[in-house]
Amino acid sequence: MNFDVHAAALVLAMAFFTWLLRFLPFLVFRKNTPGYIVYLGKVLPSAIIGMLVVYCLKDVEFSVAPFGLPELIAAVSVVVLQRWKRNSLISILVGTILYMVLIRTVF
Amino acid sequence: MKNQSAFVIKQAFYKSLPVLAGYIILGIGFGILLRNAGYGLFWAFAMSSFIYAGSMQYVGVGLIAGGASVVTAILTTIMVNARHLFYSISMIERYKDTGKYKPYLIFSLTDETYSLLCDGQVPEEASGSRYRFFVSFFNQCYWVTGSVIGSLLGSVLPFSTEGIEFSMTALFIASFTEQWLTGGNHIPALTGFLCSLLCLVLFGPEHFLIPAMLLITLVLTAVQSRIRMDREGTE
Repeated sequence: MNFDVHAAALVLAMAFFTWLLRFLPFLVFRKNTPGYIVYLGKVLPSAIIGMLVVYCLKDVEFSVAPFGLPELIAAVSVVVLQRWKRNSLISILVGTILYMVLIRTVF
Repeated sequence: MKNQSAFVIKQAFYKSLPVLAGYIILGIGFGILLRNAGYGLFWAFAMSSFIYAGSMQYVGVGLIAGGASVVTAILTTIMVNARHLFYSISMIERYKDTGKYKPYLIFSLTDETYSLLCDGQVPEEASGSRYRFFVSFFNQCYWVTGSVIGSLLGSVLPFSTEGIEFSMTALFIASFTEQWLTGGNHIPALTGFLCSLLCLVLFGPEHFLIPAMLLITLVLTAVQSRIRMDREGTE
């Protein structure tokens, strides 16, 4: 059996550059972290989570039926549950099950 | 000592549970795709162990199957994974004193692991690094397990899992809500959400991520003095 060398090279390239992106900031700011970067470190987490929410919903079609309603209803239920119980596991579990039920039965 | 260690592992496992279903299912999807492209168990295991970046691996299947050049693979990786620079920048201070766990913590900083650990909350300060390590490690176990299952199963699945991918969305929405409830200043969260939404409308679902990251950085830089004053005022 021939080992696919080209595929292995691609996997290595993807792995190495993924590592590089993850390690680079730690290597560059190893000694003293500038105040600006510390500031970014404090404000970026909530901003990025906001971005990831949009990223997850990017392919939802709001202009054609069912107008993204299953996603919206399930998303709102997650927010409400999280406010109420403050337990991520419950919010995620109920939200996901609700979504799976909605796309099978209602929409 | 022993009990304490078991406590930390248990807490980490509990914290990682929201990712379990999503990673197993997404991993299975990846394993199936890769097998259909002609690359079996070894490749699924190797890619999930060494690359360990969900969306990049999905894109990677296409690159490998299409026989893309190494340069294309590198450029695509940088485009798709540029957001990891952001994750790392925001973890520099938090991961500062994590010692022997540090390399793995940095390597395993995926979207989901980041969203679990970025609030900086740990059950106890003393064992924080250990806790973070196990949360990260459990997550990768789920991902690798899913990929291997997918590769072995091929496209025969005993039940319909349609819609289970929403668990990832739900995870991010729950994190967003939780940070909103605990954090004092809502400007960063709103900036992230609204800038991304704007860029999604302007650039479309395929190309909005990089402009969104640039715009977020720009806006957060512009309001820097205001937020800093705000923090000093409340603390």
